[in-house]
Amino acid sequence: MNIAKPMLALVTGLLMTSSALAIDIRIGVLNDRSGIYADLSGEGSVIAARMAIEDFGAADKGINVEILSADHQNRPDVASTIARQWYDNDNVDVIADVPTSSAAIAVHEITREKNRVFIVSGAASSDLTGTMCSPNTAHWTYDTWALANGTGSAMVQEGFDSWYFLTADYAFGHALEADTSAVVEASGGEVLGTVRHPFPGQDFSSFLLQAQASGAKVIGLANAGGDTVNAIKQASEFGITQAGQALAGLLIFITDVDALGLNDAQGLVLTEAFYWDLNDETREWSERFEAQRGAKPTMVHAGVYSGVLHYLKAVEHAGSKDAELVMAAMRELPIEDPVMGGGELRIDGRKTHDMYLFRVKSPDESSGPWDYYEHLATIPAETAFRPLEDGGCELVN
Amino acid sequence: MTDQTMSGAPVNEKTRQPLRVPVLHMGIFAALLIFFLAAPFFLYPVFLMKVLCFALFACAFNLLLGYGGLLSFGHAAFFGGASYISAHAAKMWGFTPELAVLLGTGAAAVLGLVIGSLAIRRQGIYFAMVTLAFAQMVFFFSLQAPFTGGEDGIQAVPRNLLFGLFDIRHDRAFYFFVLAICFGGVLLIYRIIHSPFGQVLKAIRENEQRSISLGYQVNRYKLAVFVISATLAGTAGATKALVFQLASLTDVHWTMSGEVVLMALLGGIHTIFGPIAGAALIVAMQNYFAGFGAWVTVLQGAIFVIAVLLFREGIVGVIGKWLKKPL
Repeated sequence: MNIAKPMLALVTGLLMTSSALAIDIRIGVLNDRSGIYADLSGEGSVIAARMAIEDFGAADKGINVEILSADHQNRPDVASTIARQWYDNDNVDVIADVPTSSAAIAVHEITREKNRVFIVSGAASSDLTGTMCSPNTAHWTYDTWALANGTGSAMVQEGFDSWYFLTADYAFGHALEADTSAVVEASGGEVLGTVRHPFPGQDFSSFLLQAQASGAKVIGLANAGGDTVNAIKQASEFGITQAGQALAGLLIFITDVDALGLNDAQGLVLTEAFYWDLNDETREWSERFEAQRGAKPTMVHAGVYSGVLHYLKAVEHAGSKDAELVMAAMRELPIEDPVMGGGELRIDGRKTHDMYLFRVKSPDESSGPWDYYEHLATIPAETAFRPLEDGGCELVN
Repeated sequence: MTDQTMSGAPVNEKTRQPLRVPVLHMGIFAALLIFFLAAPFFLYPVFLMKVLCFALFACAFNLLLGYGGLLSFGHAAFFGGASYISAHAAKMWGFTPELAVLLGTGAAAVLGLVIGSLAIRRQGIYFAMVTLAFAQMVFFFSLQAPFTGGEDGIQAVPRNLLFGLFDIRHDRAFYFFVLAICFGGVLLIYRIIHSPFGQVLKAIRENEQRSISLGYQVNRYKLAVFVISATLAGTAGATKALVFQLASLTDVHWTMSGEVVLMALLGGIHTIFGPIAGAALIVAMQNYFAGFGAWVTVLQGAIFVIAVLLFREGIVGVIGKWLKKPL
């Protein structure tokens, strides 16, 4: 069965070389479908990929696309086994999404080895386009550098120029804090201090009180997942944002805000690559998405849509699914879609586009479900991502 | 030979033909070997390697629980610790696979000696909690130490030339290297269980006070079996790091300690082949149910509940009961 399909494609390809393309593409959507990231990626990413295939009109163009999906349970070993199996046995051409950095890096390395294409939307690590960069990976939606930079620089410009960090005490938290501090200081702000909390943390009260006592205008949350959610809940109990200090989340998604509720999350400032209520096109797309999913899309879903759409355009342009040709076409073609706007795919694998700074509305300001963000600033694509030469990617030279 | 015969058939069970049991065991081992030699030609090699590594891990754990009567809840420390050492050695120091596995195994042995010498002073739930506490220390060390790469783990670990001579980078070639290690490990465990040392262990498990009164240095036996179990768990972890070419926090997380308990229980403690069956079942569920999305954890839970309700002695334990032979 595994041999039959490509053979069939080959034969049909030979028979109709003059007419339309006859290419079989298999897209593997690999993400968390049962754990903490299931809401922000999960089945929604499969829906987003399917929407991209429909909008591209793949069937009419002679490109036959099939989607596979699997749950990696946020475990790198499970992700690694599935990715290998997909590439070796199931003839998967491109893997999309993959939240959790350790799992994404595992798939990133296997994709390089097997020479296929990897479109990252869910994972955050900026190392994917830095020291570990690969010619086969496109990092589509966001990364830790962009989030730190967006929130750090834009907030200082808005007048929030003194910061205090609440940092998860492990490598990820330290990196996020260091990146953001550098941006804050470069933009003319100052860092008054930092407090490290154990990972994973339960009780943040003493850390929050220290941060409150520092008198800083912003408390930066250099942590992720459950730690961020717990810290925000407890900050709300202390009335920190109501008392005038801003809370900046450095890695938080609209689904987290939805889960927290506006009462707890109000006043939080964060950076995202996408919000459903940005313009008519995003509203229209998000409505179609919501009809299938029952919830508004996250930026991870938007990234999967945009990435898969551009991949299919590149396949059509190259007239082949060979990874090298497709990646070259993806870099060459201008990126433009209704959801994430314009941008480019750089040589280090970073995809650039505008990023947005938002503040979470208070329950009074919100007009209903999913009306969560107030737009504060737009960070233009040219400055939203780490400069090419700073990443340490060997493909740059 | 007589020694093996004796221990193969526990004294309380009347085996009409005492010679049959070791013959049966050897037959099963031979069948398993033939199956695993042929398997990569019709099953996916990476999946099989994962099964083999976890089978060795579960057997090593079961040596301690099923035959030593000691429930450790911290075996992830040895499994994961060794996988970090072996991944680091292969990646940063360019160690050949066999040396990387040996180094990981050695590290697990030392760790087992340190943790074991403190843990065996307590019994029952206290023993389990002490091992869990040490495993958490190893977890936090792995999270913080610079060489482990934090939550990204050690990635892109190369498969170097075997003995510096043979290219085994390809999955199928590497499979036979893993098969040799894991099968060797399981056979070693079988031999240990049926040695005089294993007999004393079972005596201690059944009645510790009586073993002391018979003149055995009980704590020395417990420490020895703890170190052996930790060492072989380390071998499994070190091999796994090379199979997946990564070592990550999943390997040292407490859920990994839980998973190996689950494997041993599902397959059947007090059996030799039980942990292998349990490991194969759990790994197959993780792999082939991945497409079911959110249902994968629900299915895992349901299967565990069914197994606990219907096969109290584990799958292999129940089969052994039907056959009236210890498996």
